[in-house]
Amino acid sequence: MSRVPLPYNPKVLDLFRNPKNLGKMEDATVVAVAGNPACGDMITFYLKINEQDMIEKASFESYGCAANIATSSIVTEMIKGISLKDAWTKITWKRVTEEVGGLPSIKFHCGILAVGALKRAIRKYYQNKGVSLDWLEKDLTFEERQALEEEELAKLLAKRMKLQEEQK
Amino acid sequence: MVENVRELLKAHEGMEREVYLDTENSSMVPQEIVEAMLPYYNQRAYGNPTLTHKPGWEAFEVIMESAQKIASFLGCKMPEEINFTPGETEANNLALMGTAFATKNKGKRIIISEIEPINVLHVTDMLQKFGFTTKKIPVNTEGFVNLEKLKEAIDKDTIIVSISAVNNELGTVEPIKEALEIVKDKNPETIFHTDASDAYGKIPLNVQDLKVDLATVSGYKILGPRGIGALYVKEGVNVEKILEGQIGTQKLWPGVENTPYIVGFTKASELAFQNFETNVNHMQKLRDKLMNGILETITEVKLNGPKGDMRAPDNVNISFLRCEGEALTIELSLKGVYVSSGSACTRRLLQPSHVLSAIGRKFSEAHGSILMKVTRYHIEEDITYVLEVIPDAVKRIRGIVGSTGVD
Repeated sequence: MSRVPLPYNPKVLDLFRNPKNLGKMEDATVVAVAGNPACGDMITFYLKINEQDMIEKASFESYGCAANIATSSIVTEMIKGISLKDAWTKITWKRVTEEVGGLPSIKFHCGILAVGALKRAIRKYYQNKGVSLDWLEKDLTFEERQALEEEELAKLLAKRMKLQEEQK
Repeated sequence: MVENVRELLKAHEGMEREVYLDTENSSMVPQEIVEAMLPYYNQRAYGNPTLTHKPGWEAFEVIMESAQKIASFLGCKMPEEINFTPGETEANNLALMGTAFATKNKGKRIIISEIEPINVLHVTDMLQKFGFTTKKIPVNTEGFVNLEKLKEAIDKDTIIVSISAVNNELGTVEPIKEALEIVKDKNPETIFHTDASDAYGKIPLNVQDLKVDLATVSGYKILGPRGIGALYVKEGVNVEKILEGQIGTQKLWPGVENTPYIVGFTKASELAFQNFETNVNHMQKLRDKLMNGILETITEVKLNGPKGDMRAPDNVNISFLRCEGEALTIELSLKGVYVSSGSACTRRLLQPSHVLSAIGRKFSEAHGSILMKVTRYHIEEDITYVLEVIPDAVKRIRGIVGSTGVD
């Protein structure tokens, strides 16, 4: 049962109640996912990217808590109309956390997961195009690594549970 | 941080109805119980019950009367078997640690079920540092303890077995009598403890019939105040105290007795047992209305725990698939319906309720679980309101999830 107090701020609550850019985008150029239902945390971003590599529009779907929904929503607003390069270099989990007015520390990983999903989308877009760029780091960024770690951990725990189930 | 909470509270203003269904985690204390407690703060019995003056003797008298009443509700042999503690957590700590320390030369093995509450699980984890080992007995998909496995697990080294009479999350009524017979058959020395916090006042319970050695009961789970509980210790069973300090009327718990809380706990017990059958029938009726109302109207839901008589009369626990639990609790709170979830969302470690995992629920199913407990104070209109609110709340959260939360 949930025990840690979660004093969400008004901005997070507002984004939870009235999320912006919610829903699947049929004509998305690129779609990326971070997390999975086993973590209790999952975000899908849909980006429409134009020929100048600018993000024309962005939308999201989120399986997760209020912080997950709020950070996903704010990311779609922060990246609308900016270049992929700016989105890659300027959108960090810390900035996202600031934009939602701060989060309880136990919820930092929600912002990290949202930015992880965004960076995956950008990476995937250029991979699909077969383009390599000097600002696009070859190694996974902090947020991508964290997202991967969270997914791996959930898989590991699920596996361990299954094993225990079989031993019964 | 407090500013944020004030804003959150403002968002709740102007509610048409409020229904509190989270007695699992803390209770609303009815006015009649509060009123029974009040005189004991400053009108009478405010003295220390071990001291030689009138307010002290008054306190002694009311504490003894309270122990007598609770002993009779539990079916004890004598009131001295009731040991007041500051709550369920403390009583369970006392039962396990106190038995482990009292019997450490006889053995090192502790046996619990996989679905014991955190305040049992964590104590057994802690006792490992002192050389004790824990064996957890599996449960089936409805939460019933596997008695065959229990039988296999008992050996000469087993000092204590602890199995809740009613599981706090699932409402599963465990076969305590059978479990105890199995345990004592294989090792008569083994102490049998049951956390009866969710059974007391909810199902027929008699410690002498059950023949348990130790039993925990809790104040707030029967709408008494928080901060009070008791451990039944059968006459002749040896439990060591686990805290040091001035010992008073309570041989196993040092410090000054909390007389008003003891009075509140007793009053809550009296109210629960006065019309026991009527109360239970009322809760059962509301439970079934709530449970069936959800199961029949909302798609992709799973009931956690059994149906019918082997489920506690107050417990409803349902998993909403494609719906994250913490988000749902907030959505419901904004509509005046207060519940809790088995979601792991507040933890970096991502593990949801161990109880739901133990009955075979997938993580995604456990993350979307909601636990609700009805009380005799709820009325049918409360449940009708909850049933109006839940479908929309689930629909909105599932709308945010879209296609993303599918395994």
